[in-house]
Amino acid sequence: MKSVKILLAAAAASSIGVSAAWAGTLDDVKAKGFVQCGVSTGVPGFSFTDDAGNWQGFDPAVCQAVAAAIFGDPSKVKYTPTTGKTRFTALRSGEIDMLARNTTWTFSRDTDLQLTFVGVNYYDGQGFMVPKELGVTSAKELDGASVCIQTGTTTELNLADYFRINNISYEPVPIETNEEARTNYEAGRCDVYTTDASGLAATRAVFADPSAHIILPEIISKEPLGPLVRQGDDQWADVVRWTLNAMINAEEYGVDSSNVDQMAQGSDNPEVNRMLGSEGDLGSMIGLDKQWAYNVIKNVGNYGEVFEAYIGSDTPIGLERGLNAQYTDGGLIYAPPMR
Amino acid sequence: MTDISQDKSALQDDHGPDYAPGTHPSLPPPSSSVGPIHWIRVNLFSSIPNILLTILAVWVLWATIPGLLNWALFDAAFQGDSRSDCRAVAEGACWAFISSRFGQFIYGFYPVELRWRVDLAAIGLVMALVPLLFDKVPYRRFGLYFAAAYPFIAYFLLMGGLGLEPVETSKFGGFMLTMVIGVTGIAVSLPIGIVLALGRRSDMPIVRVLCVVFIEFIRGVPLITLLFVASTMLNYFLPPGTTFDLLLRVLIMVVLFASAYLAEVVRGGLQAIPKGQTEAADALGLTYWKAMRLVILPQALKISIPGIVNTFIGLFKDTTLVIIIGLLDPLGIGKAALADAKWQGLAAEVYIFIAILFFICCFGMSRYSLYLENKLHTGHKR
Repeated sequence: MKSVKILLAAAAASSIGVSAAWAGTLDDVKAKGFVQCGVSTGVPGFSFTDDAGNWQGFDPAVCQAVAAAIFGDPSKVKYTPTTGKTRFTALRSGEIDMLARNTTWTFSRDTDLQLTFVGVNYYDGQGFMVPKELGVTSAKELDGASVCIQTGTTTELNLADYFRINNISYEPVPIETNEEARTNYEAGRCDVYTTDASGLAATRAVFADPSAHIILPEIISKEPLGPLVRQGDDQWADVVRWTLNAMINAEEYGVDSSNVDQMAQGSDNPEVNRMLGSEGDLGSMIGLDKQWAYNVIKNVGNYGEVFEAYIGSDTPIGLERGLNAQYTDGGLIYAPPMR
Repeated sequence: MTDISQDKSALQDDHGPDYAPGTHPSLPPPSSSVGPIHWIRVNLFSSIPNILLTILAVWVLWATIPGLLNWALFDAAFQGDSRSDCRAVAEGACWAFISSRFGQFIYGFYPVELRWRVDLAAIGLVMALVPLLFDKVPYRRFGLYFAAAYPFIAYFLLMGGLGLEPVETSKFGGFMLTMVIGVTGIAVSLPIGIVLALGRRSDMPIVRVLCVVFIEFIRGVPLITLLFVASTMLNYFLPPGTTFDLLLRVLIMVVLFASAYLAEVVRGGLQAIPKGQTEAADALGLTYWKAMRLVILPQALKISIPGIVNTFIGLFKDTTLVIIIGLLDPLGIGKAALADAKWQGLAAEVYIFIAILFFICCFGMSRYSLYLENKLHTGHKR
């Protein structure tokens, strides 16, 4: 694997100056007639293929929304499955136009890797899951526990930090994939499974008896996940950013796919009128038509609808809104005004 | 049999017929040295360690087989639209998942209405392979012409063009992708590998050095690294905006990788041929290529068959590595499908299904190589 690292480092080094060559992505996208969108190769609820072979999920929904904003048709997306290792090069080399693939927004990715994170569509964080019968209620009581952990990830480093700070010991059980972790944990080969809280919830959902396991209240890291684009094309970044913001604002203003037709006729809320194009012309400022936000809400739905459809409490994934509730409900989801 | 039993009864009779010397019919062997009882005694209970091993093996089978059968067949669900549907009827395997995603496992994202083209290409592959692999086939000559044309036919069928609706390679996936990479890799790497092996043994210094450098460089790098180069690095070397099909890049890397390995396998075969063979060919006045084609290579390739097939099987299984660069072979399709909340948690079914697919292909190759060895063996077998 060492040679891989060297190659990737060489790839990173050789690419300085590439980003300057990228501009006018929006025009390119309009010309070719579809958005090329990088997604993950499979994260429960966030990105998966349905029975008909189409990519679905919380992340592809962002791609569909961008396609709806530009073309008025959410199906004008071509997906490129990317892995944790290929995602950034695929984006920076221009193979894909945007990446919607539960990627944590970090300092070095934003700056050193020359990417632009346009927002956060899911606030995640690393948590712990334990069997209820263990009688543990806090991660601080896990002294001496064996922990299933994915190797080579930030989760591993976070875990080591957390246990060191709290001066407790643990025994790592290294595993490679989420499926492997689930099998090992269910077979009792480790006392604790740790990964992002969304992953824990998804894993717990498939247990024979999900209620026999609890997710401990401690969240030991910040993992803001969001869509990203190449650095250096602000117009394109604006399109993706405000598509996401429109979905978030729509939820806040109570606009959803069922009432958007009625709201588009004009409403009491000038913010909604501006967003849906019945007042002013926000679309032209980002190179889109007046109906762009209407098309997003009509075809894909607002943020809350997408959340509930793929990962919400009514799905087998069963995630609570928690941090991802609107700021008006005590969460962190907050978009700047449409003005 | 009736004859023998009659003879038997005749023997018991004191006044049986007399046989002239040498005409007595053979008697059946004693019952303790034939039949299942004898076989069991000799093979399973011949000594104390053997008895213990037999008991252990029976116990292992007893402990695992019923549970496995129960899980895989008797308590398995074959119909349903989600994991909970399966769980509602049976506790065991949920094969409904595999059947609902069967198309994806085989064809990837190839458009449903165009999948007949993949089927046709698969039938064509069989028709091209049969005359190539077996020599007693009727109309073999036409079969060989067809086999020579097959790569173009397959390209046209899978990619479209000339009136057929074009399909991008990004739609390729599943087992079809495995076959495309595996078959192309095998078919193209064999001739390149032979040429490289000959080049490495050549007297011409430049050719030899080039071949040695190529082989050692490619063999010294893991396939994963080459795939990463294909998927990421090439983008930086090429001018921005030129997209060079990812599958094509992967195919080139796989072919390079396999041919370097094959070259060494073939070189091993070449080295086993005594020098006298080359000298004899020279003495007959054969040119280098004629000597190789008529004398050396037929013998060298024959003894390298196990090694060549070994490399092919390894290559075929290595195609699963493409998931790392985001091409969805059956394993990748399985991963994406398992992320569907409806079907989550059915990893065992997926992996067993994929294992069966791969086993069929690899076992087939292995049996064919045995057949070929037997057919070609000319009495040198030890």
